[in-house]
Amino acid sequence: MTSSLNTEFAARGVLTCSPARSQGKMTPYSNCYAQRSYPMPDEPFCTELSAEQQALKEKEKGSWAQLSQAEKVALYRLQFHQTFAEMNRRSNEWKTVMGCVFFFVGITALVIWWERVYVFPKKPITLTDERKAQQLQRLLDMKSNPVQGLAAHWDYERKEWKK
Amino acid sequence: MASGALAKPPMRGLLAKRLRFHIVGAVIVALGAATFYRFGVAEQRKKAYADFYRSYDSMKDFEEMRKAGIFQSTK
Repeated sequence: MTSSLNTEFAARGVLTCSPARSQGKMTPYSNCYAQRSYPMPDEPFCTELSAEQQALKEKEKGSWAQLSQAEKVALYRLQFHQTFAEMNRRSNEWKTVMGCVFFFVGITALVIWWERVYVFPKKPITLTDERKAQQLQRLLDMKSNPVQGLAAHWDYERKEWKK
Repeated sequence: MASGALAKPPMRGLLAKRLRFHIVGAVIVALGAATFYRFGVAEQRKKAYADFYRSYDSMKDFEEMRKAGIFQSTK
């Protein structure tokens, strides 16, 4: 379908068109560039019109039924930078984004590893295996959560976890 | 006017169509979640408590805890 847009009007129109205010190479988020979230830009894409384009604009003021298909397309191209299909096309940007995210997560992992080795203090005595076993035994003696929780899974006759 | 290859896309009622689809879906998902919770979680829990307390002897339980030595007010 896009090939049909390169008719005599459109081909010359797009090339000689300049946006209202050039914004350099960055994607502009402004007046004459539409986005999916702001589909009707404030200003038309082409503001400096050649003589032919002026004539076309004059013709547009009359009945639209007299415009040919090519003229309608040319008018669209004067007004808008891209069609909806072109504007909404997908890209490969997500791969770059995910790559950078994983890269920085990896750097963070290395930083934390270094911290673990050189910065963190010794673990408290209550985290040794012997102490943790004593704490667990006390919880079981107290029959904590005997209905659905910890003590419910302990077999008191055989002194082992229920299968 | 059209090239003849494409059908005219729907021009009206887009929001209504979307809303109907999503509201019906939301109701179904909500009812499903509620039903699952009622039977999968709430009823299970009630049954577990009923079963536990059916044959529960609190004095025996207390004696076991006392022998294990966890109380401060008695030995």
